[in-house]
Parts: sequence; structure tokens; C-alpha cells
Amino acid sequence: MSQTADEEAAALVDLGRSVVERATAAGADVAEASVHSGSHLSVKVRMREPELVEEAGSRALGLRVMVGQRVATTYTSDLSPSGQSTLIEDAMELARLSEADEFAGPPDPSELSSPSEWPALDTFDEAVSGVAADEVLESALCGERAAFELDPRITNSEGASFTRATGVSALVTSGGFAGSDKGTYASIVVNPIADDEGGKKRSGYYWSASRYYADLEDSDEVGREAARRTLAQLGATKLPTQELPVVFDRDAARSIVGLLAGCVLGGSIWRKSSYLVDRVGSKVASELVDIVDDPLLPRAPGSQGFDGEGLLSRPNVVVEAGVLKTYLMDTYSARKLGLKSTASASRSPAGGISPSTSNFILKAGSQSREELIADTKHGLYVTSMMGFGFNAVTGDFSRGASGFLIQDGELTDPVSEVTISLNLDQILQRIDAVANDLEYRTAITSPTFRVSAMTLAGT
Amino acid sequence: MTGRYHAPFGEGGSHAIDGDVAERLLRVALEQGGDYADLFFEYSVSGSYVYDEQILKSARRAVSMGLGVRVMKGDATGYAYCEDFAYDTMKRAAQTAAQIASGGQPVAPLAVTLRDTPSRYSVPEESLGVDGVAKKTLLERADRSARASDPRVVRVDASFSESIREILIANSVGHMARDRQPLIRFGVRVIVENDGQRQSGSSGGGGRVGLEYFDDNSPEWHAKEAVRQALVMLDAREAPAGEMDVVLAPGDSGILLHEAVGHGLEADFNRKKTSNYTDQLGQVVASELCTVVDDASLQGSRGSINVDDEGQLPTRSVLIEEGVLRGYMQDRHSADFFGTTSDGHGRRQSFRSHPMPRMTNTMLLGGQDAPEDIVRSVNRGVYAKRFGGGQVDISNGDFVFSLTEGYLIEDGKITAPLKGVNLIGNGPDAMRKVVMLGHDFEVSDGIWTCGKEGQSVPVGVGCPTIKISSMTVGGTQVAS
Repeated sequence: MSQTADEEAAALVDLGRSVVERATAAGADVAEASVHSGSHLSVKVRMREPELVEEAGSRALGLRVMVGQRVATTYTSDLSPSGQSTLIEDAMELARLSEADEFAGPPDPSELSSPSEWPALDTFDEAVSGVAADEVLESALCGERAAFELDPRITNSEGASFTRATGVSALVTSGGFAGSDKGTYASIVVNPIADDEGGKKRSGYYWSASRYYADLEDSDEVGREAARRTLAQLGATKLPTQELPVVFDRDAARSIVGLLAGCVLGGSIWRKSSYLVDRVGSKVASELVDIVDDPLLPRAPGSQGFDGEGLLSRPNVVVEAGVLKTYLMDTYSARKLGLKSTASASRSPAGGISPSTSNFILKAGSQSREELIADTKHGLYVTSMMGFGFNAVTGDFSRGASGFLIQDGELTDPVSEVTISLNLDQILQRIDAVANDLEYRTAITSPTFRVSAMTLAGT
Repeated sequence: MTGRYHAPFGEGGSHAIDGDVAERLLRVALEQGGDYADLFFEYSVSGSYVYDEQILKSARRAVSMGLGVRVMKGDATGYAYCEDFAYDTMKRAAQTAAQIASGGQPVAPLAVTLRDTPSRYSVPEESLGVDGVAKKTLLERADRSARASDPRVVRVDASFSESIREILIANSVGHMARDRQPLIRFGVRVIVENDGQRQSGSSGGGGRVGLEYFDDNSPEWHAKEAVRQALVMLDAREAPAGEMDVVLAPGDSGILLHEAVGHGLEADFNRKKTSNYTDQLGQVVASELCTVVDDASLQGSRGSINVDDEGQLPTRSVLIEEGVLRGYMQDRHSADFFGTTSDGHGRRQSFRSHPMPRMTNTMLLGGQDAPEDIVRSVNRGVYAKRFGGGQVDISNGDFVFSLTEGYLIEDGKITAPLKGVNLIGNGPDAMRKVVMLGHDFEVSDGIWTCGKEGQSVPVGVGCPTIKISSMTVGGTQVAS
């Protein structure tokens, strides 16, 4: 992107407007164009040498049309005149093939937001796109070097990567909405390897990511933390099969909260693909659990001023003191459920719309992580999970886990190659402690929490 | 609609690329002193149809195209891409990638010649060229069949996806190759309800085939299979927790090989010495019953390719022979390191990504045992029939994979269905515990997609009935 982000945004709006006009002229009753452009620079180093330097920019357009109540979507990265023509012709042809869906349709024009309402969310940092290749490379090298220098037992590396990215997007609809958004993102990850007994290796990692370059953690601190995490897993063993309290650290807890997020989306509800169908107003978690979906947090990864249909973004309280307050809905799923949109529409680059989370946050509790661990006599502290063992329809959950044994309130032996299982509904109901270590590195986030009892399968 | 989708860089296209243009770009790519360069032109078109609530609810199509330029200097790679084929745009991408090398002597690329490629997916007619009404009919048939098969079916959705990926690879060692790769997938998902209990079931398949796929795999068959699974799961009980015998059904269970063995044998992890199979060529790494191959040549299979994304021609690679490690899956970079020739495993998700060693169709070959004898030999264990997916930690071989259909084995008989459960283990350890292998080898018709470093590629798996003498089953029921 050679021009500034604002010029690019204006160009994308123009492009979107022109495609919407052409599609309407071709017979579309509704036409909506989403245009994206982005550029990134990413480097990877390994064993103190550059391994990959990648730099590129891209632009693409997604079109969604309706002919009557018939819907079709098309997408192209070929923005040449003939590419745009194919995009529109295909959309019209597919719309005539699909069948009328009485619930399909854009939001009422009165619901659309306008530029004066959009809050400043601080999602764009000019400094990010200015970071030069040399500096990016040096950060990655520095991160990996710090991991090696922390301890001689770090003998190998999967490398360290640094990526900076800038993205601009625009949405133009025949219903009268036109808006654009821009964002930046920078991240560094370090992935060292240590030799363990029996020829096994232990691979660990740590990362930092932010919309603002200055908010990134120092690369050498990221490297040292990655090394500490890798070393801590040395000598990990299975545990005997048993029921025990399980403490999920932030990374593991986020993954549990992410499963819940998928089950409160309006699309999962009307499709009956969630164990939370018909559960609004009922208790779905312990009283300690409060969850909000908040798109208005400054500098947060999932923040946005308007949703994928042009509605003004707003925070939605999803769970309050354990009670499910609402599903997260776009216009379509709200109509299916006889409710109102929660301004949670997300439009994929390919043009389709579905409800989605923004910043989905399990709120912090009052005690520190250390106090929570100290308060656990015997238990498993989970730092990472593996596999995909979750059935959203029933809530059944079973995943591979690794972490540490908690004995008398302290983290002791490292543990790996075990599974933990319990229905998600029960997991959330059994949360009996929530720590205060919430952070906003990811759009779905959670503090450390404890589940009073789960089944661990091991030896 | 036939013939609408052809790459602009193809013969007769608006930006036809021939040997001369390729050489000029490769020359630019190497002008800063790179050792090697390649160009990867890609044009892909995909379509999908979703049939839901008894209507064709959405129809989609997407076009993506561009050129990826890679330049290598030692172990370092420079990569850039562009999304149109104007010469100046492509030249800029080549110049960007070239910067990985600086100050070296420019090396001239060799003149490129087009390679002959095999024909592993000669479909009678590409699905994308067939009128959409035909696909709508297939979906309607699945929907109708699922609804008619049992009153407890409360929801059905069926989907059909199709794509064509046209590629052209040219590199500085003189290879040029073209390929046009079709791919289709069909899937049905149902939800059944009984006494307030809800369960889902699904079935799907496809490959590098056209609509003739449905001659032998009817939409009705997939619909009934999805309903059967969902109904079985209604009766499922909590699974046991702990170590026990596990019997894996033929076909789909090949995902175990993919996770437990396949990833660790990708050459990049071994070049970097980060795999648990590092430096073990010639050593015993599995029970002597086990012979594992990765075979790109299966006709029409999802994982098959005529040429890899680096212009190399893959065939059938023997990875493990009667328990002994024989070879890794190589791409060009790793093959250079090991002093060998790439066996055609260099694959990439798209022109936006650099190639890496990847699997194609990974299979454990059949043995001598009758499948029923294998089940009969188990006192108490789990029979694993269908899988949702898996994951492995390459560095130590620990893997997890999740069962979507499994049963208890009691006194040599398959008995109660089990709720969704994970199997967890360690690759080399599990492979040493393979104690029986069936003579019922099958290639899975499942829709497998492999992810590595953020890149997804379609793959195939296959295996016979397998008995593993001890594995950890991650259920909720602790034996008293």
C-alpha cells in the first residue's frame, strides 16, 4: 500500500460503491460490497540466522447480492475490469439458482449507523507500518538469542517470528451504508526447544501481540519467557487416572471460553447446534462468571465501530453472575429467533454474513493467580491443550492437556500426555475461583480460573 | 458455463506465461545473488452450495489468483507475491524477493523446459463446468433421504463444494510444469432429537473427481450414514478413562498415522533436528507389522497430485518398512540438506505461501489378521470407528485425536456406543504397540485437511483394522 491508510480507505469505498451500482443495474435488489486490502512484512529467524523474509500487499472484494429473497455471494482477488464483471455476472447467476429465504434481507435502514456515531477505538498505529525490515529482523533475532542465553538446556529452536500488518476495509451497501475501518497489528513469537530424557524434546513458546508497536513486550523478554516455559516442561510425565480440581491458566482458560463463545452465537442456536438452545435466563455457569462481548475497548484486537451489516457496535452482557442474558446475533439469526440483532454481524472477506464475537471477555475476579494456586490443595494446573474433542450440540468435552501438578498450594511436577474431560456446561457450573490476571492480547480472553472437579485420564 | 474459468497465465490466456517470460523474471529474482528461485503462478476458483431448511439457501463462488516468487540464499528464503500478471507488477515482486540475498554475484537461471506430468485426476467433466441445477438436485436428494429415514431427524443441512486450481511452476534449475487440480466435497449433517436429547451426525466425501463420484457414493447413502451415526450417539454412554486396548477401524483411522507418524517424518523437522524421528533413518521405529507409505499417485484421491508446488514429480514414498525408518518426505530445500532429490512433497496452500514438506495420501498397509479376530482378542477396550481430527506435538510425538464414533469392546465383542472421547498417546510408542493388523486395508473417503504453520492442504489417509495394545482413552468414567 503506497498511499496512506485513509486514502486507501477512500479508494476502497469508491470501488465498493461502483460494484454495488453495477450489481444493482444488473438486476440485484440488494447489493453489498466488502473490500479489503492489506500489507504485511513478516520475518522468521532460526538458529540465529534469517530463515524467511516475506513482504506483500493484497486487495480483494466480496459481493453479496439478493434477487428477491434469493441470496448469492462472490469473491475475487482479480480486480481487473473483466474480473469485476465475472464477479457480478456470477453473483447474479447464482442468485437465480438459489431459493427464496423469507428471513434473508438487510437490516432496516433506520438501524444503520453513520460516521458521526462511530467511536474512536485507537486500532491503527502509524508506527507499525513504518517498522523497517532490518528492525523487524533484529527484534526476531534478539528474541531467539534471549531464549538461548537464558539457559544452556535450550539447545534448539523452531525459530522466532515477527510480523507487522496493516489492513483497511470498506463496506458499501445498497441500503445506504458506506463505512471504512483500518487497523494495525504487530506480533512476535519465540519457540525454543530443549532436550528431555529418553530422547524426547520439549517445545514451548511465548508471544506478544498488539495493535500498537509501542505496546509490544520487549523481544528479549518474550524470548526469556518462552525459554522459561519450555524448561518448566522438562521431565513431564502422565498422572494416574483420577478426579481432581483443574486450574486453567489464561491461555487454557481462553480456549474454554472460546468454546462457549461458539455456543452463544445466534447461528448455532437456530441451527440447534449448541447445547445452549433455550437457555437464555437460566444458569449456565457458576455465580462467579460474568462474560461481556465488548467491541468498544480501545486498542483491543476485536474492536470495531460498526458491525458487518453497518449497525453501531455496542457491548453485550452475555453472562451475568452465571445467568445467560443473551445470544449474539446478526439480523438474520435474530429474525430466525424472533429477536433483535445485537449488532454482532461479521462479514467474511468472501462476502457471507454470520454472527460473531468481538472482544469476548470473562471478567476478572478479585484474587491473584498466586492466591488461587495457593488455595488449591491438590489439582492439575493446565497451561496448554491439544486436539479438538468438543461436541457443541451436547457440550461434551475431552482434550489432551499438559501443565503442572498442584500439591499443597504449589506448582510442582510437570504433566503431559493426559486428557481432561467433563461436559462444558458442568465445567462452567463448577468454576469455584476466578483470578484477576485478565489481559487483552487476544479477542477472546479470560483470567485464570479453577474448576472444582474434572476427570483426568492418564495411566 | 463450461470453459469460463481458465488461468490468465495459461496458454492462450490474457497474460500467457511462456518459458521466455519465466526466464526473464527468474533472472530478476536472482540478480542480487540468490542461489535458487522459483515462480508459482496460481489461479483458483471455488464454488459452494448450501442446502438448509429444504431450500438452496446460499450459493457462492470465489476467484483468487496471483504469483508467488521465492528466492533462496543458503537456508534463507525471500518471498513476495502479487495479484495481477502485468509484467511490471511481477517484476516488482521478483525484486522484493531477491533482496534476501545482497551483494552476491548474479547467477543466470537455466533455460526452462516443460515437464511431462502424469494424469491422476482425469475427470470426465469438471464439476465447476456443470450447471448448478445438477448440484442442487444432489443436495435435495440428500435432504429428502435424511428426513425420510427416521422421524427423530429434526434438522438436515447438506453442502457441496468444488474447486479448480490451475498452477504453473518455473524454477531456476530449468523446470517448468503445469497442472489443473479439480477437487469436490460433499457433506450432510443431521441433528436428531429424542426425549429432549439432541445429537448430531455427519457424513461426507469427495476427492479429485467430478460428479461421477455420486454414481458409487450416492447422496442418499451419505444421508443415511449421517442419520445412523446421530441415532447411535443418542444411546451413547460416558466413555471410560485410562489405559486400555484400542482397536481402530479401517480407513478413517489413518488419521492416526498422519498425526502420530506422518508429521514427524516431514523432512524440514528432521533437517532442523526438531522432530522426535531426527537421526533415526535405518532404525526400528515401529512394530515390524508396520509399513507406512505416502503415495501421491492414487487415482482421484483428495491428497493426490501430479506435480508438487515446486515442480517436482511425486510418486510413492516408503517411509517405514516393516518397522524400520526408510525415509523422510522431502521438499527441495530439505533434499539439498540431506544430499538427495526431492520426492515431490513440497506443497503450499496458495501463491501467498512458501512451500514446505507436506503429506499427500498417508497410509499404513494391510496385514494378515481377520478383523473379527482382532476384536475377539480384546477383553476390555475401545473400538474407534470415526474421527473428528487430531493434533501432534512434533518435538516429542505426543498426539491427541478425537473420536466421533466409538464403542466399548467387552469380552471380544463390540458393545455400547461411547460419547465423544479423545485418544491420547505418543507416536513412536503407539507404533511399537501395534500388535495386530487386518487384511482389510481401506482408503478413507473422508474430507481431511492438514494444517501446518497456518497453511492448509487437502490430504488423504488409509489403513486396515489396527490393534494397539495400550493407549490412554480420555473418557469421564474412572474405573472403580
